Amino acid sequence: MTEPDIHEVTLTVNGKTYCESVEARWSLADFLRHKLGLTGTHLGCEHGVCGACTVLLDGHSVRGCLTLAVQANGCAVETVEGLAPSETELNPLQQAFWDNHGLQCGFCTPGILMTLTEFLRDNSDPSESEVREALSGNICRCTGYQGIVDAALAAAAAMRQSD
Amino acid sequence: MPMMNMRYVMVDHLVDLNQVTELAGIRMSGGRASIGAMTRQRDILASPDLLSVAPIFAEALQQVGHIQTRNRGTIGGSLSHLDPAAELPGLAALHDATVTLSKSGSSREIAIKDFAFGYMTPCTEPDEILSEISFDTWPSGHGYDFREFAQRHGDFAITGVGTLMALDATTRIERVACVLIGIDYQPIRLTDIERDLIGQTPSEDLFRAAGEKARERDMMEDALVPESYRKQLAAVLLRRSLTSAAARAAGQSE
Repeated sequence: MTEPDIHEVTLTVNGKTYCESVEARWSLADFLRHKLGLTGTHLGCEHGVCGACTVLLDGHSVRGCLTLAVQANGCAVETVEGLAPSETELNPLQQAFWDNHGLQCGFCTPGILMTLTEFLRDNSDPSESEVREALSGNICRCTGYQGIVDAALAAAAAMRQSD
Repeated sequence: MPMMNMRYVMVDHLVDLNQVTELAGIRMSGGRASIGAMTRQRDILASPDLLSVAPIFAEALQQVGHIQTRNRGTIGGSLSHLDPAAELPGLAALHDATVTLSKSGSSREIAIKDFAFGYMTPCTEPDEILSEISFDTWPSGHGYDFREFAQRHGDFAITGVGTLMALDATTRIERVACVLIGIDYQPIRLTDIERDLIGQTPSEDLFRAAGEKARERDMMEDALVPESYRKQLAAVLLRRSLTSAAARAAGQSE
């Protein structure tokens, strides 16, 4: 075995700055889960298909499993742990998922919430078909998507009203 | 990255080009478009300068993966990965693009038709990187169409087709380019069909015949998709694509 190739990375996750050593081969998703203990980001397929590991990197949704932790050096990462305003409240998107039965087992939900966080920032008044296209990169095997689509549209409406 | 995740590819060294900002960006000059290798698919989709003269990029890129992969995926990465079903190598072939391969101290240009060395293997030397792709854009008002068949939106296409078409003053086909993706190790320009279409007046029969001719080519077969299925898709998709491109060239919406 060759010596592991260790790098120092400094990044912010949900506004908090971290400085850690990490092996070059580690994915951002593994880094978040195993180095930082932020296990809200899930890993499903680990090759970019299922979308469970979706996080925001400098505001844009990316596959946490297809991004190396070292590539996030100097970047701002947002994960599902950063969405809720407090331990006892949900943000409007999370609340809409609660209200519309947008999840069942919940495994895919963190990735879907992060995808929709970016999507609703870019498009505050989406059509149903735009929501469905935005969700094409996130696989859910429980809900049949209808509740998720309803939740996304309800969240968009709620967020427009509060603006 | 997926190739490494699945251990198809094991690298001794990995160089991250994300910090090399000079490799990203779109330049338009004198009817020619130049796109830096590290230009993200997302940024191509958000480039009015390019999309206004090459609208087929918008139609094709919307079918490339998903938001999350387009946010990271680059045109240089897509060309170098050279998946047989990838849309961007198909668009490069459609535009007779030139690829710039650079190494320390020098660079060379190569025609896209000579770029693929083999299956998923470009002719890039070990000390080179793909740095830019450039191509002449088509005249304003040209017709275009990109469509593909995949099992789900954003999946790899089983077969796809891209068409560019310009009509003359008498609405005959003055210039046409057609490419099929997903049928061979590299995008295939249908030069024989293009030649037959020049000077013809667009019609259902003409485009049906073009589709049938596309069916005659040998195509890939794999564990999931027999050759006959790809041939059927090629025939149908080419007919529909030509029809749509001709309507757009004539100034009609679909």
